[in-house]
Amino acid sequence: MSEMLKGIAASDGVAIAKAYLLIEPDLSFTKQTVEDSEGEITRLKQALATSTEEIQKIRDKAAETLGEAEAQVFDAHLMVLSDPELTGAIETNITDNKVNAESALKEVTDMFIGLFEAMEDNPYMQERAADIKDVTKRVLSHLLNVKLPNPSMINEEVVVIAHDLTPSDTAQLDRRYVKAFVTNIGGRTSHSAIMARSLEIPAVVGTKSITKIVKDGDMLAVDGIAGEVLVHPTEDEIAKVKKVGEDFAKLKAEWDKLKDAATVTADGKHLELAANIGTPKDLEGVNNNGAEGIGLYRTEFLYMDSSELPTEDDQFEAYKAVLEGMSGKPVVVRTMDIGGDKELPYLPLPHEMNPFLGYRALRISLVEDGIFRTQLRALLRASVYGQLRIMFPMVATLVEFRSAKAILEEEKAKLIDEGVKVADDIQVGIMIEIPAAAVIADKFAKEVDFFSVGTNDLIQYTMAADRMNERVSYLYQPYNPSILRLLKHVIDSAHAEGKWAGMCGEMAGDQTAVPLLMGLGLDEFSMSATSILKTRSLMKRLDTSKMAELADKAINDCDTADEVVALVNEYVK
Amino acid sequence: MEKKDFHIIADTGIHARPATLLVQTASKFNSDINLEYKGKSVNLKSIMGVMSLGVGQGADVTISVEGADEAEAMAGIVDTMKKEGLSE
Repeated sequence: MSEMLKGIAASDGVAIAKAYLLIEPDLSFTKQTVEDSEGEITRLKQALATSTEEIQKIRDKAAETLGEAEAQVFDAHLMVLSDPELTGAIETNITDNKVNAESALKEVTDMFIGLFEAMEDNPYMQERAADIKDVTKRVLSHLLNVKLPNPSMINEEVVVIAHDLTPSDTAQLDRRYVKAFVTNIGGRTSHSAIMARSLEIPAVVGTKSITKIVKDGDMLAVDGIAGEVLVHPTEDEIAKVKKVGEDFAKLKAEWDKLKDAATVTADGKHLELAANIGTPKDLEGVNNNGAEGIGLYRTEFLYMDSSELPTEDDQFEAYKAVLEGMSGKPVVVRTMDIGGDKELPYLPLPHEMNPFLGYRALRISLVEDGIFRTQLRALLRASVYGQLRIMFPMVATLVEFRSAKAILEEEKAKLIDEGVKVADDIQVGIMIEIPAAAVIADKFAKEVDFFSVGTNDLIQYTMAADRMNERVSYLYQPYNPSILRLLKHVIDSAHAEGKWAGMCGEMAGDQTAVPLLMGLGLDEFSMSATSILKTRSLMKRLDTSKMAELADKAINDCDTADEVVALVNEYVK
Repeated sequence: MEKKDFHIIADTGIHARPATLLVQTASKFNSDINLEYKGKSVNLKSIMGVMSLGVGQGADVTISVEGADEAEAMAGIVDTMKKEGLSE
C-alpha cells in the first residue's frame, strides 16, 4: 500500500528512486564494567581501523570531486584517528577503569574537546574540537554497529530524506545520483529549496514527518510540482508521476527555445532577466538558462567554504572567472554577507539574541575593515575582465553607504597608484533589504548607481516575522499591499534620479509577483537560473501598461495579500 | 639521544598548519620524539598533545629524539621548523 505525504512544492520536476536517510543516527550507549579489557581494546582498534579506511575513501572522493584543498579537512580527521596520545589515553582508560570502549572513547575525547573549545581566542583550536567530535561520532558508530550517513559516498540514484539540509550537507551531495530532496521543515525560501532549484533537483519541503515515515531504501515517487511524496508507490502511481514528469519536460522544452531570445514584453519593452549565483561553478547553469547577467553573486561562499579567510588572490581568481564567464554581461557582486545565519569558524562572532538584527554583513565589513579592503581590492583588480557592479548588503543609513564607498575609493586610488588597471565604469549600488533604507530610497537614489531589492529579508523585517519560524511564517507575504507600496517607492525613487532598480530575492522569479513587479516598473529581475526561461515565457505574454494598471489597483484598492493574488489571477490567465 | 632547543619565531606559535606538518614529519620516524615546553613534555607524534601545550611566539622549546633513526629524525624536524618559518 502506498502512503502519500504532502509538503511544499519547492523545486519543479519528478523523481522515482530509493530513499536515502540523511539523519543523525542514535549513538547513545550505557557505561558498562567490562573485565575483558583486551577484548575492548581489540574492538576499539577495529573501529579505529574501519573509520580510518572510511575517511580515507571520503577524502579521495572529495579530492576528486571538490579538489585537493577541500579534501584537506579529512587529513585533519585522519590525524586525530592516528594520534598516539588519544588512542593511548583511551586504551589506558579501558584497562584502568574496566569500562567498555564506547565509554572510554567518549570520556577521553570529551576531555580534549573541552580543552580545545575553552581556547576561545583561538578559532583554529575550536575547529580541531569540531574535528574530534566528527571523528568520535564515526568511531562510536562502528563500535555500536549503526550506520552513519556518508552523503559524499552515495553511488546510486536516491531521494535524499532529511529533517533539513544545511549548506554543508548539500555541498557534499553528488548531483549525478541525488534525484530529489524531501525534508521535514522549510518553505520555498529556505536554503534547501533554493539549493534544489539551483541544482535543478525536484524537491518537496515542510512535510513535517518524512524522516519518521520513510526507511532507508524505501521506494519513493516525488512530485516537486504538486509537493507530494508517495511512499511505496503502486505501478499505476509510478506511471502517473512519470506522466507528470513528461508533461513538465515538454513545457521545459518550450521554455528552452527562449534560451537565446531577449526578454521582451508583449508591448515590446525590454526587461533584464539575471541569475543569482554562489560560486563560479554555477555559471554553467546560468548560461544554459539564457541569463542576461548576474544579478546577485553571493560572495559569502568564498568565506564559508574555506577554513581561513580567503586571500586577495583566491578571491580575485573567483571574481575574474565569473566576469569572464559572463563575457561582458553585467555581474552584480554582493560584498561579504556573513552573520545572521551564516557563521565562519575562523571569525568567531559573539553569540547574539537576534542575529538577523545584529552584527552582520556590511556592519561587520565596516569594523573588520581589513577583510573588507581585501575583498574590494580583489574585486577592483578583477573589474577589467567584464562589467562589474558592486553591491553593499544590509545598508540602513546613508552614512554607512558613504563609509563603504569611501573605502572602495581609497582602495581604488591605491591600486591605480600601484600601477594596477581598474575599470572606470564600475557601478556601485546597495541592496534594499532594511525598511529604513527603502523608506529613504529617494535620498539614496542621488548617491548610488542602482538598487537591488532583497525581498526575503525586506519582507521579514517589514512584517517583523522570522521567515524560519513556522508559527509566524504566514506573515511572509510578498503580495501584501504594504510590501508593494514599499517597492513602488523604491522603484520610483530610482527612476526619478535616472538609476535602475532590480530585485534579487525569491520574489523576482515568483510567477504571481512578476506581473505586479512589471507593473511597478522594475528594470532587472534576478532569480535562480532555473526560473529564468519560465519567467521569460510569462513576460512575453504580458503587456506593461496593463500590468501598470494591475499594480495600481493592487496598491490602492486591495486590502489584503489574498485580494492581490485574486486580482493578479484575473489579469493573468 | 639527540636534544635540541628551538626559539619559536612564527607569530602564531606552533599552531595550525605548521603544527600539523611537524607532527607529520615526526610520525615518519621510529624514534620516540618529545616536545618539552614550560616543564611539560608531550609526544611530538600527537597533534593533540602538541596543540594542547599552546606554544606561542617567542617560546623556547626543547625537542628530544631517542631511537635507531634519531639523527635523521632530528634533521627532518630542523628542516620542517625552518621551512615552515617556526624557528631559524
